[in-house]
Amino acid sequence: MSVTTKSSVMKIAIASGKGGTGKTFISTNLFAIAVRENRNVVLTDCDAEEPNVTEFFHGRVIDRKTITQNVAQIDQEKCVYCGICRDWCSYNAIICLQEKKHICLIEDLCHDCGACLAACQYGAISEKEKTIGEVITFSIAENALITEARAHIGVYSPVPVIKAALTLTADADIMLMDAPPGISCPFIATVVPADFVVLVTEPTPFGLNDLKLSVQTLEQLSKPFGVVINRAGLGDDRMYEWLDEKKIPLLMKIPYDKKIAQIYSESRLLVNEDLSYGQAFARLLINIERSCQK
Amino acid sequence: MPKVKEICILSGKGGTGKTSLAAALATLCDHVVVADCDVDAANLHLVLNPDNYLTEIFISGQKAVICNNKCTQCGLCLEYCRFKAIERCPDPVIAEGRVSIVETSCDGCWLCSRICPENAIEMVPQDKSKWFVGNFRKGKMVHARLAPGEENSGKLVSKVREQARKTAESSGADTIIIDGPPGTGCAAIASLTGADTVVVVTEPTGSGLHDLKRILELAGRFHIKIYVVVNKSDLNPDMTEQIHHYCKKEKIPVIGNLPFDTEMVRAMVQCQTVTEWAPGSAISGIIKKIHRFLITDHTR
Repeated sequence: MSVTTKSSVMKIAIASGKGGTGKTFISTNLFAIAVRENRNVVLTDCDAEEPNVTEFFHGRVIDRKTITQNVAQIDQEKCVYCGICRDWCSYNAIICLQEKKHICLIEDLCHDCGACLAACQYGAISEKEKTIGEVITFSIAENALITEARAHIGVYSPVPVIKAALTLTADADIMLMDAPPGISCPFIATVVPADFVVLVTEPTPFGLNDLKLSVQTLEQLSKPFGVVINRAGLGDDRMYEWLDEKKIPLLMKIPYDKKIAQIYSESRLLVNEDLSYGQAFARLLINIERSCQK
Repeated sequence: MPKVKEICILSGKGGTGKTSLAAALATLCDHVVVADCDVDAANLHLVLNPDNYLTEIFISGQKAVICNNKCTQCGLCLEYCRFKAIERCPDPVIAEGRVSIVETSCDGCWLCSRICPENAIEMVPQDKSKWFVGNFRKGKMVHARLAPGEENSGKLVSKVREQARKTAESSGADTIIIDGPPGTGCAAIASLTGADTVVVVTEPTGSGLHDLKRILELAGRFHIKIYVVVNKSDLNPDMTEQIHHYCKKEKIPVIGNLPFDTEMVRAMVQCQTVTEWAPGSAISGIIKKIHRFLITDHTR
């Protein structure tokens, strides 16, 4: 592993294997508490395929960046149809028919790896930019920003958009990152820079199954993490038994309550509606900060 | 032989109830093939509990590995790699640091391996993902497990779809039910491609509506029949109304409003579908109607 100098920014990813367990619910309420405490905080919405964080806050757009990736383009005049670029492309993005003197590139499959460019001896390949999404920054309060990664619909991989959003927002004391669901590349791109990961789950068989996958992934990455159980009271006890057995810290438990679900459904924040939850989320933030410093 | 009908359940937003609905629809059929295309966080097997008779390894891609005894530390690969997957790591012997691969960043493009003058970089296949075919109580099931952190979930989804079609042909099933992944990216596209019908499951929340719009935009690019089901519709009747309004404007039929019912979770705990666990409940009645509609729907 590489040794990177640890910056003073505390980076906390809020993630879950299963979708819809309450990642955005936790990250938006934590953010609201940090804003209330006048902390220098950024919330980055890394769920670039379905960004939802900004529905919960009113802010002013202060920056808008178009995110592009390079895609190869082939100059038919210079091409001799040798097919080496096709052989070097690992993503089947180049179709070359030697006898028919036909070559074409499928932009949606191009990963911007540069292999075809290196392969071509005839200078027939160049690159152009293709827009794949945008990163929008909102000012929410004096010291509080939201940065949203938003991939265009149907883009092959949202990872470059996520990475762009994460590099834009290094200037804060606390950085909260709302992760995309699953355990594949978009999730990895979000948790790799994190100092600590909060896994949000629900005590159901689906929730437990997906939590195990997330835990396995984070253990492989050697990331410290803790668990928040949402909708406690639904489902069964197997989740608690498993957490006990694995000695995984349970950071917070939020009971299933139709009132909470309703508040969320109206894009309102629980910490603004209920004093005791305001205190509970403030404790959660302290809890996470302590875990980061360990 | 009539063409097999492929019904894809999608949602955009996660956790809206895709899998619970897909499972219930599957057990209401008599002879069906189910394809779990949420390969990142597959759950359908927990309810359908298939008896797998086929397990196959899926090569999701390749990752670069440096042979330390061949590497001369020239650093040419560092200049070529666009994924920041090669760096110099502190080393007790090599002052400028040892050239090393950052596994989580490697995209498997092969470029470093091809340009290395010493042939010191090998590409190793990623073979920890698997796919399965099994029998369950109402037919066959194809499902998969993507190894953590691996790419190409779209390719694995296509593999599951292809197997589901083969299985349907060989077993004479006339319907394939596809449980799709969340999101609007490559895995969702791979789940939609070639399906006849898509059922988008949403919930009456701000996020649910936002994500519904995105997934409908994606589905609209395919020549496919689109229907919407609102789950937990009584949670926020105003928002449910907004969803209906939006769908009407877009000319997309809403074919069911499911109430929030804890029986849904109780059924899951018992490894059953809600229509098996509580067949007489209101929610089961609505799901049966949705099922009848989808199966007998011959409009084009």
